[in-house]
Amino acid sequence: MKEEWRNFKEGSWMNEVNVRDFIQTNYNAYEKDESFLVDKSEKTDKIWSRCETLLKEELKKHVLDIDTDHMSGIDAYEAGYIDKDNEVIVGLQTDAPLKRIVNPYGGIRMVYSELEAYGYKLNSEVDKYFNEFRKTHNQGVFDAYTEEIRKCRHVGLLTGLPDAYGRGRIIGDYRRIALYGIDFLMQEKKKDWDQLVGPVMDIALMQLREDVSMQYRALEQIKKMALRYGYDISKPAKNAQEAIQWTYFGYLAAIKENNGAAMSLGRVDAFFDIYIQRDMEEGTLDEADAQELIDQFVIKLRLVRHLRTPEYDELFSGDPTWVTCSIAGINEDGRNMVTKTSYRILHTLTNLDPAPEPNLTVLWSDKLPETFKKYCAKMSIETDAIQYENDDVMRPIYGDDYAIACCVSAMREGKDMQFFGARCNLAKALLYSMNGGIDEVKGDLVIEGFEKMDDEILDYEKVKKSYFRMLEKVAKIYSDAMNIIHYMHDKYAYEASQMALHDTHVRRLMAYGVAGLSVVADSLSAIKYAKVKPIRDENGIMVDFEIEGDFPKYGNDDDRVDSIAVEVLEKMYHELASHPCYRDAHPTLSVLTITSNVVYGSKTGSTPDGRKKGVAFAPGANPMHGRDASGAIASLNSVAKIPYAECCRDGVSNTFSIIPSSLGHSKEEQIENLVSLLDGYFVQGAHHLNVNVLNRETLIDAMENPEKYPLLTIRVSGYAVRFNRLTRKQQEEVIARTFHEKI
Amino acid sequence: MKGAVDSIESFGLVDGPGIRTIVFLSGCKLRCKYCHNPEMWVKGKENYTVEELVQKILRNKPYFKRNHGGVTFSGGEPLLQIDFLLEVCKALKKEGIHIALDTAGVGIGKYDLLLPYIDLVLLDIKHITEEGYLDLTGQTMDEFYRFVDTVNQNNTKVWIRQVIIPGVNDNISYVQSLAKFLKKIKNIEKIEFLPYHKMGDEKYQKLGLINPYLEKEAMDQERCDQLYLEFKRCYDE
Repeated sequence: MKEEWRNFKEGSWMNEVNVRDFIQTNYNAYEKDESFLVDKSEKTDKIWSRCETLLKEELKKHVLDIDTDHMSGIDAYEAGYIDKDNEVIVGLQTDAPLKRIVNPYGGIRMVYSELEAYGYKLNSEVDKYFNEFRKTHNQGVFDAYTEEIRKCRHVGLLTGLPDAYGRGRIIGDYRRIALYGIDFLMQEKKKDWDQLVGPVMDIALMQLREDVSMQYRALEQIKKMALRYGYDISKPAKNAQEAIQWTYFGYLAAIKENNGAAMSLGRVDAFFDIYIQRDMEEGTLDEADAQELIDQFVIKLRLVRHLRTPEYDELFSGDPTWVTCSIAGINEDGRNMVTKTSYRILHTLTNLDPAPEPNLTVLWSDKLPETFKKYCAKMSIETDAIQYENDDVMRPIYGDDYAIACCVSAMREGKDMQFFGARCNLAKALLYSMNGGIDEVKGDLVIEGFEKMDDEILDYEKVKKSYFRMLEKVAKIYSDAMNIIHYMHDKYAYEASQMALHDTHVRRLMAYGVAGLSVVADSLSAIKYAKVKPIRDENGIMVDFEIEGDFPKYGNDDDRVDSIAVEVLEKMYHELASHPCYRDAHPTLSVLTITSNVVYGSKTGSTPDGRKKGVAFAPGANPMHGRDASGAIASLNSVAKIPYAECCRDGVSNTFSIIPSSLGHSKEEQIENLVSLLDGYFVQGAHHLNVNVLNRETLIDAMENPEKYPLLTIRVSGYAVRFNRLTRKQQEEVIARTFHEKI
Repeated sequence: MKGAVDSIESFGLVDGPGIRTIVFLSGCKLRCKYCHNPEMWVKGKENYTVEELVQKILRNKPYFKRNHGGVTFSGGEPLLQIDFLLEVCKALKKEGIHIALDTAGVGIGKYDLLLPYIDLVLLDIKHITEEGYLDLTGQTMDEFYRFVDTVNQNNTKVWIRQVIIPGVNDNISYVQSLAKFLKKIKNIEKIEFLPYHKMGDEKYQKLGLINPYLEKEAMDQERCDQLYLEFKRCYDE
């Protein structure tokens, strides 16, 4: 056995890249409570104070600094430090904290507008290079886009497509560097490459050969980058500090090379815990040291930045980076995977402060230890910084070494990758199906082959038939767009450092998305159960609706309407899945909007559910604001009906806000009741829940007096955000959401 | 058989232990001056079959697991729909659901049939003297006593709820007498004082009903807590 692996239990992980096997063979579950946790160290305190100053400065200027002389790359920057003497985990994206990277590979025009927004100018050499000699992903995409795709994109039927920025949502298995060292990983890639000769040298094979070569070189660059910080990572890590540092170098390479929307971390709690425990048993590490390593690692994750345009901010407010960190879960044998390090990671919310990043995601199961469930509930009540995802529905599909990318997207670490697909506006598609394919806001003909409906009162069967036909059309266009985008992304902005930390033969997922689900469900329900009379403009386009009578609304555990929501999703998924995907990817679907529900709403006309033009959609799979009137549980039960395994394998996001006093009188009661809520929701097969425990009044006060609430963190849809970094419009939308109160 | 359900709250945390589904059955004989649910005085349309209501409640079963969560029948006065309630409770008991009954004890009999299915009675004490009771509710105490007798016979667990109203019972002598009065009830687990609040006022206006306590002020929480301490002292003696 290698010296670095001393005292580890042997297994197949020693002969092949298999981090899962290493974890399962070596981790020890922890069943007791949080009383072992300790405060932050003096060193951490010093570093964090320095960061707090910088973060305040950044908040004022929006962007602290930009490196305009270098282009993104794994080894493109000098070493950078916050406070070298006190850092036990090192490494920054550039040579200074919070200094942002210019990444032109996604699109050079995006870079211009980003720099212009903050008063910077690109180094003229770089500028010239990217204009004269180098084509970008964005240019590639638009060379291939069809007229139809352009139209759908322009009107906002398909929005947020990663055609001008990094796609993200790829999680490298960064732990591999710690467990095996770079050299072994390079050898393995070389072996794979040698075997990629095939009977026929076809496009797929040539592409993979090229990929693996790039991956090999990326590994070499990661090694060089680490050397700048004085670490030789060619061999495995020999203690906890190195394990965390090596893993971080892997992640750091990813965020130096790429600026994907979501650059997630993966699942590290049990992995780190094995190293920490070994050091403790060898007497070289105590609890204070262990917490210091975790605190400082988390500080690094909190400093991750990407350069974004103000328009992007409007979509995804608050500078989110989705450094999603998956915690706990159950293994395939039914043993829980909670370790002391699961606690240590959550404890950073106490030791540092409540913060949106890393995006702490607890993989929930009925079978998690009670002590841990209660600790999570307590931290949720205190910080509003945690999201929960149902391990019991994901494990059967993804095993016990998956992690969440972005908000809700599960992937097996190092074995799955995702082609991120933004989302389709289902509510707009409904209006198109009644307006002859003409956009209700812009007046353009977007989808051909549909008649304007001239009925005085809308007929359910007729509308549904037309809508489903519309979904078929839209699905085809959406699928075309995705295939083009990801072909070009692979070609012009390939994530070599991240894919180097995957198996050579990965499973690819084509992750489609939808927005406006509750608006569509309620609209169809209104048409079916009430009388909906369209009001048309001079061109015969429906611009508003009069509703006579009541109708069942999504969010009240009423099957009459909840089944409509399910039917629409099943139809959409079925249609999307009928189109072949680039690189044989498996199609998946998410119901997730993040904060873009505000922008989608603003681009969509009045809908038959009574929602007026421009009004924000509910986020993700949430019921529309205020319409879930039967209490919190009925609301949760409606969302829980959306099928995960059969339809929405890329996630079903639900954001839940409750007033503290409604959750119980005492803190103990609140904790108990929140655990009951989570257990009750997830045991039905629901997928995801963001939990906010706060008063509406607090948010209103924070909107008016932001300086009073610098740390106020809330969960929006799939990520957490500092409330004062949301746009005014988004703040108003968050306040308008249903807050579950007691009767 | 059908029952008249005014509404269902799926996330009740104050009417019994744990997380509870609260079913409001409409119809009530009392006309309490401080009533905050006057919309439920008159029995509404019979809108749920036994099976429908049972299924609706069972939807929330996953949330009942901890701390004896379950269903609470409230109103209105749930005892007025005794036949319907009995059938629903029988079905729920088969499913192992914890059942609480939020009542003033003023129904139409058959209590002995129902109480074996009830795990907890949340008993609303209107007043402890005949005059006070009549003045506040418009009814005599006879039916209340009949109900309490049956509760005692069945040894059903009871949580007492006493609304404290300024100028009516917010005094030491009332709470001292209450302490004695409650000795009549056998199996008391918990006693709650609820300060009179004004949240029902809007409903009177909306329904066009005369609100006898329109001018009355809300009960001060602190004073209410003080009275409770005094009560507790007497009660524990």
